[in-house]
Amino acid sequence: MKYDVIIIGCGVVGAACAYQLSRYALRVGILEASNDVANGTTKANSAIVHAGYDPLPGTKMARLNVRGTELMGALCRKLDVPYRNNGSLVLSLSEEDDAALRTLYERGLANGVPGLRLLSREETLALEPNLSPELRGALLAPSAGIVNPWELCYALAETALRNGAELRLSAPVTAIERQEEGWRLRTPKGDFSAPYVLNCAGTLSDRIAALVGDESFHIRPAKGEYFLLDKSEGTRVEHVIFQCPSKLGKGVLVSPTVHGNLLVGPNAAPSDPEDTANSAQGLAFVRSSAQRSVPGINFRENIRNFAGVRANSDSEDFIIEESSVAPGFIHIAGIRSPGLSAAPAIGEEAVLLLRQAGLELKEKAEFIDSRRRVRFHELSEQEKNELIAQDPRYGRVICRCETVTEGEIVAALHTPIPPVSVNGVKRRVGAGMGRCQGGFCGPRVQEIIARELGLDPTEVLMDWEGTWVLCGETKGGAAQ
Amino acid sequence: MKHYDLVVIGGGPAGLAAALAAYEQGIGNILILERDNQAGGILNQCIHNGFGLHRFKEELTGPEYAGRFIELVKQTDIEVRTDTMVLELDENRVLHTVSPQHGYEAIQAGAVILAMGCRERTRGAISIPGARCSGIFTAGAAQRFLNMEGYMVGKRVVILGSGDIGLIMARRMTLEGAKVLACVELMPYSGGLTRNIVQCLNDFDIPLYLSHTVTDIRGKNRLEQVVVSQVDEKRNPIPGTEMVFDCDTLLLSVGLLPENELSRQAGVEIDPRTNGPVVWENRECSIPGVFACGNVLHVHDLVDYVSAESEQAGKAAAAYLQGLRPEGPEIRLKNGNGVGYTVPQRFHKGAESLEIFFRVRAIYKNAAIRVMDGEAQIARFKREHMAPGEMETVKLPKVLLDRVKGDSLTVEIEESTVGDGSPVPQA
Repeated sequence: MKYDVIIIGCGVVGAACAYQLSRYALRVGILEASNDVANGTTKANSAIVHAGYDPLPGTKMARLNVRGTELMGALCRKLDVPYRNNGSLVLSLSEEDDAALRTLYERGLANGVPGLRLLSREETLALEPNLSPELRGALLAPSAGIVNPWELCYALAETALRNGAELRLSAPVTAIERQEEGWRLRTPKGDFSAPYVLNCAGTLSDRIAALVGDESFHIRPAKGEYFLLDKSEGTRVEHVIFQCPSKLGKGVLVSPTVHGNLLVGPNAAPSDPEDTANSAQGLAFVRSSAQRSVPGINFRENIRNFAGVRANSDSEDFIIEESSVAPGFIHIAGIRSPGLSAAPAIGEEAVLLLRQAGLELKEKAEFIDSRRRVRFHELSEQEKNELIAQDPRYGRVICRCETVTEGEIVAALHTPIPPVSVNGVKRRVGAGMGRCQGGFCGPRVQEIIARELGLDPTEVLMDWEGTWVLCGETKGGAAQ
Repeated sequence: MKHYDLVVIGGGPAGLAAALAAYEQGIGNILILERDNQAGGILNQCIHNGFGLHRFKEELTGPEYAGRFIELVKQTDIEVRTDTMVLELDENRVLHTVSPQHGYEAIQAGAVILAMGCRERTRGAISIPGARCSGIFTAGAAQRFLNMEGYMVGKRVVILGSGDIGLIMARRMTLEGAKVLACVELMPYSGGLTRNIVQCLNDFDIPLYLSHTVTDIRGKNRLEQVVVSQVDEKRNPIPGTEMVFDCDTLLLSVGLLPENELSRQAGVEIDPRTNGPVVWENRECSIPGVFACGNVLHVHDLVDYVSAESEQAGKAAAAYLQGLRPEGPEIRLKNGNGVGYTVPQRFHKGAESLEIFFRVRAIYKNAAIRVMDGEAQIARFKREHMAPGEMETVKLPKVLLDRVKGDSLTVEIEESTVGDGSPVPQA
């Protein structure tokens, strides 16, 4: 299969690139190693839209962070992605922190972050009454926010597909050959060729680079662990609450999520690129660190722990450049925090780099630039009734904790990127994301996936390849 | 707005028994709302027998036990709506419901009975560290897969927690050809009924590791190994005691939580000890006209007791609708030494008699339950054996209640004259 541009990796960065490229009259192919998009760092991170005071002035990281955050609100509205501009606070808990806050403030000004303010203890407590008694003051960044990172990825990728891009799932790139005109990529799903390639392979992007003989950078994966608390804790804080970065790292944050839960984490420890295990020590560290900022968090309300792996690299900055040894092969690598915030701007940057590399870009006359999905629990009484009258499956609540209906699950299974796993459905519509963690709805979701996709229930996975759930029928056989 | 005299939320054993009891008291206009596609609740997946020994003096399976009540309901004009979810309940007893048949509908109830049951605690609730692989199920979810859908969830199984559902599933998985390697319990005693330990573990030579827990979960895709460690008196894992089990399935039976999201939303006062509503002796909650029964109120061991409690709530709701309200000064029940909670939490001094349900916090042998009115003991009940896994009950007659002087009674355990009353590990 021949394309004009191939994107390797469909996390939020790859999806943002695909979305921007799908504006142009190009054949765009996306190759994703996993059985679903958004299945790496994109599904397990802090879900924060950073204001942009952290990166050093003059870096790509600083520029793309501020630009990405500026674009995020409008993009999420267009693509129907949950986003909330709730602002962030960096807390000062010591004299040392006071100085650090000032540095962040000045860096933020240099980076063009809008609206930054240094707050006194009293001003801060007026905004957030549940903070530590040690509090001395805070840096307020009104442009910061929270977003649903995987839904942003789905929305970008789906929209790209609606505009003609093609996606191959379960297609890890195993070898790359140089051809007369560009590159031939080998995958278990066949070979794919293109003159231009974007390497958006996240924690594995250095391995992809090595396939074209480029050893100019190395990924240093770093795992972060989290607690996700019940909605009963979701209003413990209103803003994203950071601690001052110190020698020990960026510190543990406490934040509401767009779903209304409370997210606490992460720590940072070197790891394998795909190691998402939790450790007792890591979780204990996260817990005690978070209590330094917000002492009252009730960890008994925890509903899930998880870990994500950051695509840190041996470069101080994002690696967004054409390979020096492989023409037309463009790295978009080492996209660590604030990568999610920067993603919308990284998409624009990719277009720019491709243009500079010689790709001819002609805008399409027709470009679909919006997306909507039904969120039953957000509808008015009248809308609910109209919808159920049209399709009674919207009247059948499958996930009782999050009020997700069969209609929403069925709709998700018929989008351009249908989920093939229980967790894929969970990430798309929220079924199983609540306090019972799919204890009640898991079997029913499994059944709906099998029915809608024409699979045997034993073929429906929990998540990625190999995560089987059922191993066969009981002696009495399956229910009819 | 549509009006019913009585709306029962939940069509499991509690809801069915409560509705029937209210009907028998002459309430004609009753609606049961059930979120699943059939009535019967969790009993539908409990295909083992042992239900109904107290109530029917025979051993029934879960579906048979539920079936008896469903049949009785069918003979009445009680309306049962399945596939119906209550999205919201307010303090004026207005229920906002949704279903495929009726769409979105608000319903005004004269009285409400909360009978939503409970849910299982999950891996997240106890933060078990380790890989995020597949193969980790709550015991009840696995039970649904096996007994309702007809699918096996794995071949080599470790069970964490010795709650009754976990014990039942140990036997069920074994009968289906799986190898159950161990049942692991954090506490020094089992949380389940003794009869289940005997019939589900001992009879199948499945070892029970008391004072142990799962400290690591390994597996890239599907579960491959769990690590089990012994714990000290403070329940912290003891390094060096690790045992590794090669298995593809971990079932969690680590506790049940009453499902009171609707109750909280309506403003019903919740007891942090039971996670259920605070109720009077007639099972009325802090909001007049709202009653609670079954596992939404407190987690029961036996469905027989759920039925009995629910009939009490049903009768009380009927009395409420007929304008009969219990009278007399409020007396609170307090938890003394060794008592984890009581239901009810308060009663009216004029009550005819009072049955107090409670759980002890440790294993006791040859101890006694005392009911204290201040410094004065008003009743004492001897018990040879008490355990947290088995609900205790004592009954106080009216003559004793009439003599109460204070505004509270304390239920406490008088410890064994042999030992010190501290937990005695089970053999």
